[in-house]
Amino acid sequence: MADTAEILSGLAEIVEEVAGIDTADVSADKSFVDDLDIDSLSMVEIAVQAEDKFGVKIPDDQLAELKTVGDAVAYIEKNQ
Amino acid sequence: MTFRLPAPTPGAKIIGLGSSQPEHVVTNDDLARRVETNDQWIRERVGIVERRIAQDDTSLVDLAVDAGAKALKDSGLSGADIDTVVLATCTMTSPIPNAAAQTADRIGISAPAAFDLNAACAGFCYGLGTASDLIRSGTARNVLVIGAEKLSDWLDWDDRSTCIIFADAAGAAVLTAAASAEEIGVGPVSWGSAGDLVDTIRILEESTNKLWQQGQSVFRWATTKIAPVALDAVVKAGLSPADIDVLIPHQANLRIVEAIAKRLHKEGARADLRVADDIVHSGNTSSASIPMAMDHMRAAGRIKSGEIALLVGFGAGLSYAGQVVRIP
Repeated sequence: MADTAEILSGLAEIVEEVAGIDTADVSADKSFVDDLDIDSLSMVEIAVQAEDKFGVKIPDDQLAELKTVGDAVAYIEKNQ
Repeated sequence: MTFRLPAPTPGAKIIGLGSSQPEHVVTNDDLARRVETNDQWIRERVGIVERRIAQDDTSLVDLAVDAGAKALKDSGLSGADIDTVVLATCTMTSPIPNAAAQTADRIGISAPAAFDLNAACAGFCYGLGTASDLIRSGTARNVLVIGAEKLSDWLDWDDRSTCIIFADAAGAAVLTAAASAEEIGVGPVSWGSAGDLVDTIRILEESTNKLWQQGQSVFRWATTKIAPVALDAVVKAGLSPADIDVLIPHQANLRIVEAIAKRLHKEGARADLRVADDIVHSGNTSSASIPMAMDHMRAAGRIKSGEIALLVGFGAGLSYAGQVVRIP
């Protein structure tokens, strides 16, 4: 089981690979859409990779609720 | 009593290609004048710059006839040589009569076995698999396979999530029997369906009677489940990903195409694998997209006769099918 810091750094690597955003910019307070300019299709790609990496399920309706990086980290931590 | 069956053949090969598009071009700026969207948004989400839309005087069958006649001419055969016509489509506005028989008649193919096949955007690969096995079993000698769609008849021009994506076209291929195993040009089909996801792409009968899709769900399915189908088609043919010269997935969305290519590269596809991007100037034309991309790439010199192409179609149903083919 990954801890909060490990989930954040792992998620940041996925965001960098999918959307080309520097891992240093992927912090818990950032909004995927408003701050990181990630669109709905890239969010799906991030979710798919996060599912593989952390062994969680992130259905599309749940994905829509994950507004910030912190939301995603908390969801993964709770459901892994 | 024993029934006699036709003598089987080694398999099938493609000997002709053709495609047809309406003349009328619709740009992203044209759409931005109608719905809340813009050129950059469309290019980033789906990779489309422009698409072609048939006007009222051009029917689905008109497009099928044009593409089919071109493929027949390219094959060097005449209408009298064709004994079977398989027409993949999901956009006929009426189920009766079918498109295949009238298309065959207008091309000058007399009394062929002719039927429509609906596997949506996977239709051409379903048709190719069916035609190949009809030839292999000896039931058919020369088969014309056409994918033809007039999606514009089913589009809600006020729905910005769909009207920016779909377009009209037809693509066709002529298949004949291979003389030997070495000559076989159509590999075994890898196909299937996911009926549990039926509601993600459908016609909204209760309201607009127009095409609707759950974009995110379809994107997730296509970017995760389709590359394995393509890889299975490679394995079934006894090849490896490094043997593939060109990848021609259904032109659904450029980002889906790129996701499938990325996965293939992880599985050993060569760095110089060419990837079809016909969607950029043609839009998503459902069952027509794969044969049309093959025809356009060959005409542009991007693929050559004898090269190995990996085809994979996927769409409503949900349905999927893929196979390797040798470019004629």
